[in-house]
Amino acid sequence: MTGSDAADGDQEPTNDGQRFDRLPETPADREVAGRPSREEVLDWWETRFGIGREVLDGYSFWEKGAGKVWVFNGEAVDPSRVEAIGMTFLRTRQEHWKPTTRAVQRFGEHATKNVVELGPERASRFLAGEDQDLPEWDGDWGYLIVSHRIAGGTAPIGVGLYLYDELRSVVPKGSRADLPVVEE
Amino acid sequence: MNPLDRYEPLVDDVDAFRAACDRPLPSVVRTNGIKASPDRVREAFEAAGVAHEPVGWHDGIFRLPDGNPGGNWPHAHGWTHGQEEVSALPALALDPRPGDRVWDACAAPGSKTTQIADLMDDEGTVVANDNNLGRLSALRHNAERLGVTNAIVTNQDARNFSLKPLAFDAFDRALVDAPCSCEGTCRKNPDVLEEWTLDHVHGVAGIQKGILTRAIQATRPGGTVVYSTCTFAPEENEAVLDHALATEDCEIVEFDLPLETAPGVTEWDGETYDDSVTRGHRVYPHHNDTGGFFCAKLRVGGAEVAR
Ligand SMILES: C[S@@+](CC[C@H](N)C(=O)[O-])C[C@H]1O[C@@H](n2cnc3c(N)ncnc32)[C@H](O)[C@@H]1O
Repeated sequence: MTGSDAADGDQEPTNDGQRFDRLPETPADREVAGRPSREEVLDWWETRFGIGREVLDGYSFWEKGAGKVWVFNGEAVDPSRVEAIGMTFLRTRQEHWKPTTRAVQRFGEHATKNVVELGPERASRFLAGEDQDLPEWDGDWGYLIVSHRIAGGTAPIGVGLYLYDELRSVVPKGSRADLPVVEE
Repeated sequence: MNPLDRYEPLVDDVDAFRAACDRPLPSVVRTNGIKASPDRVREAFEAAGVAHEPVGWHDGIFRLPDGNPGGNWPHAHGWTHGQEEVSALPALALDPRPGDRVWDACAAPGSKTTQIADLMDDEGTVVANDNNLGRLSALRHNAERLGVTNAIVTNQDARNFSLKPLAFDAFDRALVDAPCSCEGTCRKNPDVLEEWTLDHVHGVAGIQKGILTRAIQATRPGGTVVYSTCTFAPEENEAVLDHALATEDCEIVEFDLPLETAPGVTEWDGETYDDSVTRGHRVYPHHNDTGGFFCAKLRVGGAEVAR
């Protein structure tokens, strides 16, 4: 067990990294130290990417593993006895929350800010896991949604980390690919 | 012995059957409607010069004559999933609706789970179960890539599956895509023919009966259970259905599939089966140039209960 799970030995409920627990509604409902609330999660997507609460309203959010938040659209379960519910969504319990690649691919089309759109050649390099210079970006630093134009629209590819004029690809190894450049 | 020999008496055109079984199978991808439309996938393939042909019977399923179904942007975005044509049939037979409670009893690696979620518009609950934890990790990878948010993944023996972890005590629909002797996949994996034994057929038939029985029991009265395999063996198809008819309150129902199929057989190796097993569909490789498959649809007995 890592981080806050092992933090103290008193009677406070702690996060059990092996089971799913539903996020509390608001910070005031919080019983497990450090666990994000549903409100904070909805706020974060709205503040960071402009993804409105209405987009995520129907979903429930769960924590399994310290800070790993999952998004689920089905009926609630007895969380201790299942392997997975829905999909991984967001990494919390760290200074800068980090969305998962798959969450960004699934919900990123609703984003209105902190989206960087790459041209065909850069998009292929990004998906291959390459970091690249991007001094022309004058938006926020930190985690961005990286997208490109494809088939008459744009589509989010994954998560980039922007720091000091550089866009780092944080596409996980298993999701990277070397694809030919496709000119629009 | 080559197990295909034993099925020759069942097929209409033995030479065409054997010739088709010898040909490799083209790569096929299914559009994932959770993330993209067939039109958008087609447009992306065209822009990238990826050769593709519609299968003819479904506008969201494409053959890729040059192979490499994972080497393109639609795949990277989770717009497509590599899935054989016949493998798309059970979910169509199951016909799940948004909001349903669905059990996929033998789900890994998730081709059908993710198609079911798509047909449900990712709304409701699909419980994806498998007794093989390693294969479940492949399922989870696929579900995430395709953006499925309404799946619960469980790791149980389907024969005595417990609904305890769930928020409800019966399913509306269940799919039993059973472990089987897999001769129907010989165009993709010829080894299955070498490894085939009659002992395995008899052993796995017992497991199939156990899983189908549990699926019928776990589905509400009036609900739907679909049974599918990729084997031609009547021991694993019609005989399993016949056993379910004899032991559980259920009936086999007529349904259409968009491909050419042959009816289930009522006699095999000295055994006879209930006449209604003819409502099951046998898919032979030479009929539609696909893999081999079997698919039947059951209605669970009793008066329909609204929830
Ligand atoms: C034909 S494959 C399923 C393919 C899957 N439906 C798909 O579309 O991707 C059969 C599966 O049944 C699983 N299985 C075998 N015996 C089982 C049992 N007793 N309970 C649950 N799953 C079982 C195997 O691990 C295997 O993954």
